[in-house]
Amino acid sequence: MFDLYGDTLTTAPEFGQLALILAFVVAVIQSVIPFVGVQRRDALLMSWSRPLAAAQALFLTVSLVVLGYCFVIDDFSVTYVATNSNTALPTPYKISAVWGAHEGSLLLWVTMLGLWGLAVAWFSKGLPLIMLARVIGVLGIVSAGFILFTLETSNPFARTLPSIPPEGGDLNPLLQDFGLIVHPPTLYMGYVGLSVVFAFAIAALLGGRLDAAWARWSRPWTTAAWVFLTIGIALGSWWAYYELGWGGWWFWDPVENASLMPWLVATALLHSLAVTEKRGLFKSWTVLLAIFAFSLSLLGTFLVRSGVLTSVHAFASDPERGVFILALLGLCVGGSLLIYALKAPTVASVGRYEWLSKESFLMANNLLLLVAAFAILLGTLYPLIIDFMGMGKISVGAAWFNTMFVPLSVALTLIIGVGALSRWKADQASRLKNELILAAVLALVVGGLSPFLADGSLNWQVMMGVGISVWLIAISLVDIWKKTRGNLLRFGSLSLSFQGMVLAHIGVAVSVIGVTMVANYSQEESVRMAPGDSYVMSGYRFEFVEAGHIDGPNYSSDATRFRVFDGDREIALLQPEKRRYHARGSVMTEAAIDAGLFRDVYVSMGEPLEDGAWGMRLQVKPFMRWVWLGAIFMSIGGLLAMLDKRYRQVKRASSDVQKSGEVPA
Amino acid sequence: MKRVFLFIPLVAFAVLGLLFFLTIDRENKDVLPSPLVGQPFPPFEMSKLLTEEAVSTSALQGKPLLVNVWATWCPTCKAEHAFLNMLAEDGIRIVGINYKDERDKAHQWLTAYGNPYEFNVFDPEGKLGLDLGVYGAPETFLVDSSGVIRAKHVGDLNAAVWQKLEATYQGMK
Repeated sequence: MFDLYGDTLTTAPEFGQLALILAFVVAVIQSVIPFVGVQRRDALLMSWSRPLAAAQALFLTVSLVVLGYCFVIDDFSVTYVATNSNTALPTPYKISAVWGAHEGSLLLWVTMLGLWGLAVAWFSKGLPLIMLARVIGVLGIVSAGFILFTLETSNPFARTLPSIPPEGGDLNPLLQDFGLIVHPPTLYMGYVGLSVVFAFAIAALLGGRLDAAWARWSRPWTTAAWVFLTIGIALGSWWAYYELGWGGWWFWDPVENASLMPWLVATALLHSLAVTEKRGLFKSWTVLLAIFAFSLSLLGTFLVRSGVLTSVHAFASDPERGVFILALLGLCVGGSLLIYALKAPTVASVGRYEWLSKESFLMANNLLLLVAAFAILLGTLYPLIIDFMGMGKISVGAAWFNTMFVPLSVALTLIIGVGALSRWKADQASRLKNELILAAVLALVVGGLSPFLADGSLNWQVMMGVGISVWLIAISLVDIWKKTRGNLLRFGSLSLSFQGMVLAHIGVAVSVIGVTMVANYSQEESVRMAPGDSYVMSGYRFEFVEAGHIDGPNYSSDATRFRVFDGDREIALLQPEKRRYHARGSVMTEAAIDAGLFRDVYVSMGEPLEDGAWGMRLQVKPFMRWVWLGAIFMSIGGLLAMLDKRYRQVKRASSDVQKSGEVPA
Repeated sequence: MKRVFLFIPLVAFAVLGLLFFLTIDRENKDVLPSPLVGQPFPPFEMSKLLTEEAVSTSALQGKPLLVNVWATWCPTCKAEHAFLNMLAEDGIRIVGINYKDERDKAHQWLTAYGNPYEFNVFDPEGKLGLDLGVYGAPETFLVDSSGVIRAKHVGDLNAAVWQKLEATYQGMK
């Protein structure tokens, strides 16, 4: 503590900044020493990789923790804290405010990069030292670039001295919410996790060994990043659903698209890696996907805050930083694509496969996923291109994305199960015929009946959506049936990779059902209601009990209370609010939701009308939860696959390596 | 496979990077010169969004106004809506063109978020939008009392943009 102009200051921010500078220094060393070691085949220099990665993770973590501390003690001498916090802000939100704006979220991003590096150093006992050195070296280069960016253009520890603001500007009210405590870190873990896969790909290219061992090392890391991405995207969708007050769960907004694109490519990569590991095929393709996945993550994290794309979500955009970001992107993506162009193998892979084989289906899966990602990229960038040609700024509507995305998803859902069921190299149609006919009959019957069970009228979209989901689930069950020789209870004794795969595939079907039902059977009405009024919609009676006023810690709100009845039975007491946050004067709609497995009841407040009445927005959304339930299934599936014991078989990996003459760790 | 093909991703990325580089910081480009500025508002015979009555070009005349092109599918329109409400409260006359949209959705939108518009021209097929040279939503035109377009703004209307446009608006008769 020291005294300056009568104010008491802590030196904590300086320590945070110092830790960040040290992390930068370590990152620079980390991007040089391991490569020098590789060049000279010097095991000692290469063995610096692990301690360097650990030191980097340590300094970054210290830096992040210090920033969190500055928030908790309300150190408004730190500009970033003063802009994004407030003494009245509840403590959990003070902590989440660390990543509530650009500077802090960037620090979180690089810290996670450091932690992934540490994880690689830790879990790499089976990895040859030369490979580890290259991987850690590549991570060091990425890290050095982004820490420099943080220090130069977005230092979260910059102070406002000597006149320290007595009160902070408060956190963006949209972000004062549980979803926003967990959503960004999870998504970032996914984005940043793909850096590991990327580093493996670049290391393999540099070493000229794109082999089965490389694919096997990459797979669990890819799956880990993919699981984080899946959960992160689902959390974001859930947050938008209850916090934005529109009742929508996906808006095809540039920020959402930016998270979906790497997810699609990472999904393709997961499957392509399987082919490369098992069959030694698709090598160049897999490497390219690894580069794409990370590049799209970078695009996702940084494009939205460079001022290049505008978005309703972009709470942290600043054109000043755009050029630096572009230079970094150019180095990372351009550099890696150059290495790819120079080093990727041009000889065709040796393995052969028939058109009816697992390889073919996985290739089709890859193409569909890539086309979907490309369509989204095009839709996201189209306004930019139009703008560039001087034709104005526009929003590309959800209609366009849906037109592109829905048919691709249908095709994908149709082939997922078949791909899983079929054999490597060559399969016979006669072998698959019976299972597929069974699944098709089930799909046609259940899918065909579903709209009539739902509301009694013909609806092709519902038939299609439910039909393809039943198809996928049926094929997955048949697959288990065959693997367990007719005893489904023995599912637990099958390999974890298989369990994970089946679970993830069923998750896709669950999400498809959710999306189909919500899209087709959601009911919503905007009605004028005064206290005492009732309104009946899709079998539920909404009774407006009373309107009142609530004072929160840093906001005050108009609130209303609704009883919801199903027949005579009261099923929920809902209390939507319209909050005005004092510090910024901004108004937020807090929807009230009664969630259920088969339907959500959603009430939010619109505009106040005369005589104490309100414009109310009432919604009933069937199967809403299934959209996210599917994502949970997929994540658990990924987790199981990652934990499969064959990724921990150290011996096999290193014996491959000794054959190729490299130094094992 | 020839090595040359492996350069395709790099070249594609370079083009994309160049596009990004050239589009950074183009915020001043929002107020676009439009061939329509100085021209009379294109004639139309359409129906109103809420009342479904017939409406034509003559309805715009009398007092200077903003003509705002919007749609419920457009997130940027949602972002600017609160600002339009404020302008309307300040007594500024705003007429909407509900562009390539559905009547029910538009109706609900106005009930939920407030209605800053004197009336809305319902343009489900974007015919009027085509005459106006609309590329997407939102767009806003400043039209004077004799029905001549004086300025056009592409993108959301906010306090900063309004600062630039207000002089033109005040100068209109």
